[in-house]
Amino acid sequence: MATFLLNRFMQSIVLLVIVSIIGFLVLNLIPGGPMSQYALDPGMTQQDMDRLAEQLGLNRPFWVQYLEWAWRLLQGDWGTSFRDGNPVTTVIGRHIWATFLLMGSSTAIAIAVGTWIGIRGATRRYSAFDYLATVGAMVALSVPTFWFGLIGIYVFSLELGWLPAGNMYTIGDGSVLNYLHHLIMPSIVLALVHIAIWSRFMRSSTLDAMSQEFVKTARAKGVSERRVILKHVVGNALLPMITLAGVQLPSVLTGALVTETVFTWPGMGRLFLDSLGYSDYPVVMGLLMFSAILTIAGNLIADVVVALVDPRIRLA
Amino acid sequence: MTEHTNSKSNYSRRDALRLLAIGGAAGLIAPNLLGKPAFAQTPPAKPTGRIVVGLSQEPTVFNPLMPHIEVDDGVNFSMFDALFRVDPAGAIQPNLAVEVPSQGNGGISKDGLNWRIRLRDDVRWHDGEAFTAEDVKFTLELITKPDFKAWRTAGHSLVRDVTVVSPTEITWRMEEAFAPYLSFLTETFIVPKHILEKEADPNNAAFNQAPVGTGAFKWGQRVAGDRLELIANPDYFGEGPYIEQLIFKYIPDMTVLYTQFRSGEIDIVGQAFITPDNYEEARNLPDRVVTLVPKASVESIYLNQDRPQFKDPAVREALYAAIDRKAIIDALNYGVPRETETFMPTQSYFYNPDLPKHEFNLDRARKLLDDAGWVPGADGIRAKDGVRLSFKNSTTSGAHLREQAQQFIQQTFTEIGVEMLIENMPPAVMWGDFWAQSQFDSAMVGITYLIGSDPDVTNRFHTKAIVAKGGKGSNNAQYSNAEVDALLEEGSRTFDPEKRREIYLKVQELIRRDLPFLPLFANTSVYGIKKGVEGFVANANTRTESWHAAGWYWA
Repeated sequence: MATFLLNRFMQSIVLLVIVSIIGFLVLNLIPGGPMSQYALDPGMTQQDMDRLAEQLGLNRPFWVQYLEWAWRLLQGDWGTSFRDGNPVTTVIGRHIWATFLLMGSSTAIAIAVGTWIGIRGATRRYSAFDYLATVGAMVALSVPTFWFGLIGIYVFSLELGWLPAGNMYTIGDGSVLNYLHHLIMPSIVLALVHIAIWSRFMRSSTLDAMSQEFVKTARAKGVSERRVILKHVVGNALLPMITLAGVQLPSVLTGALVTETVFTWPGMGRLFLDSLGYSDYPVVMGLLMFSAILTIAGNLIADVVVALVDPRIRLA
Repeated sequence: MTEHTNSKSNYSRRDALRLLAIGGAAGLIAPNLLGKPAFAQTPPAKPTGRIVVGLSQEPTVFNPLMPHIEVDDGVNFSMFDALFRVDPAGAIQPNLAVEVPSQGNGGISKDGLNWRIRLRDDVRWHDGEAFTAEDVKFTLELITKPDFKAWRTAGHSLVRDVTVVSPTEITWRMEEAFAPYLSFLTETFIVPKHILEKEADPNNAAFNQAPVGTGAFKWGQRVAGDRLELIANPDYFGEGPYIEQLIFKYIPDMTVLYTQFRSGEIDIVGQAFITPDNYEEARNLPDRVVTLVPKASVESIYLNQDRPQFKDPAVREALYAAIDRKAIIDALNYGVPRETETFMPTQSYFYNPDLPKHEFNLDRARKLLDDAGWVPGADGIRAKDGVRLSFKNSTTSGAHLREQAQQFIQQTFTEIGVEMLIENMPPAVMWGDFWAQSQFDSAMVGITYLIGSDPDVTNRFHTKAIVAKGGKGSNNAQYSNAEVDALLEEGSRTFDPEKRREIYLKVQELIRRDLPFLPLFANTSVYGIKKGVEGFVANANTRTESWHAAGWYWA
């Protein structure tokens, strides 16, 4: 296990370096840059913009900027946002909880509902329910999230008036109930795609498990079907899902890009889009590194958990 | 207080008349300029309630002297004060100063070089310290400090020898006479010396994250990515504030911004306002007041004068005649914007109403090109001396209305034998070097030409402002006309509004003739406020709807 972890750690470092170089390069290759937002500002002269670019150190060669950024990062300094002047860690820290809250609730919904649909679809294969679930999953996967979001707002906020049209909570009302009320629609919308993926995987994984010899044995012994499914099938079917969960972890973040915009949710997805729009390089790089770390961590945790749960697997 | 009233009455009758003239028709709409019409309800005695302004961009820069965008201005105007302010009619009024200096009242010397400003003595910073001339000196000097990441420095870089005569009087010398500076000072918010002088690096001062101003509202709290809360400053020296809390709510999507206005989550739709496609519906919403408010920016097609296709005046005129402008305004923009022939906002005192009117006339366009010797080639595209009338047009990709307008124009241009290729780019690319260094053939762009209400457009049209030719400024069309240059130089040295008016009327006439840009329309914003919000006055001479939140209250 120790060798495995050490190996994975070294691989991760190399991966992070590569990601950071590519990220930095791509950002710098985009013409324009942080000054372009002032190009149409009345009274802002080219002189002023050149001066600011120099003060921000933007007129130095790419590799000088990269090395300085990387060196500072190694010392724990993630840089300072061009846009609001705060340290990048502070900026990300201010947005992280909103995203985690949304991620957490939508992932919980996705796992619970997806697993249930998957198992039910597999045990009642080719039933009306199974077909409905298949079609539903196709729809959820192919329709853009923002469309679901806008339709949801139209129906449940504007027409029915049941749910708020976005925001994390009503200004002036910080109660838990108010948070929950605001959380319902965005977390369901964000969960839709994941329910679709989760249920499809769970279905095929359950079918796999059901065709195993030990299931036949259990049935032959006269164990009730309910007990067979719950005790023998589900546990085995869930094993590959742990890996899926690890891989899916960072993608919940990318899904948040759209959901957070539609629902005015002050999270990291929104921050990423804004920072990209303003060419706020330090924050974009910070978020890029953050999601790279999240991806690596997600995979690593999944591998370790699978090994712990399944005694057949040994990490080396 | 008596002292101020006295110095205000130092205004000569002539000055007053002049300001009134600048006010013009708009003055009638807003009778007491900063206040409310006489028939409005009276504001509460004590600040009550809360108003939520929805914005499509997030305010993030709170040091008003650092580079910022429109939405930050709303915060600045609420938390800080400048020496002067520009009212909705375009007239400059005293704010932290007790009078507007002029050559008439002796505040500006005859040669325009020496300025003297008298200040109020009853202003306190939010932390209780007294505001004095030292703060003004500190502010003006900070802007031009080499290490400071200052916003625009135009005008400020001409200031020399700032001298504090007394706590309520300050003087300085200008390196050259520069009349627009008065207008620039309406957007130069004064920052507290006693706080910022202690900071080793003003770029990263704690002040920048929780500023202390003199304005009607004090810093409350910021929830990054979500909103900013300001609270009433009960000791404000001016009118108001009448509300307890002013909230700027960030709503990143324009559709959602409108939706939240509809559902009542926000009280005022701020920058970037209601999209034209929602105007009809918004107008009919119950308990909402939706109005069209002129903006200072003009939408146009910039023609890069350096390109051989655009050097012939006949081509520019023909292109202009081949644009179906009415269709673009009515069919694409829901009839919201207005026609214009000039860069000058229609509500400006300096606006020239007598310019030749645009007429969509393809026959005339064809004839102009025929007469000038542009002959259609085998492919139907006209050419002359080896130059084909084919060029690219660029704008921000994803700007749907602009993209549709481009296609409209492309079609009518084809009918006169001109090929316009559309090549759009993401904003950072479009408005980066491509724009600044005039690398485009033609561009579809909305530009605010004036800074505040001052008519000076040296930055946009003077030959020395062509960056691509080593100049300093934003003359991106590379427009060059010696007569316009001379007029602009004269205009920036002239302080008398009547004389300046003559100059800028002429400038507009020449630019309308030369057509370095083809005006499409003057932009209009669709403002939306909840019924019951009183004291809201729009001001096209500022960049924000929240230029005077001090006067807002709930009926």
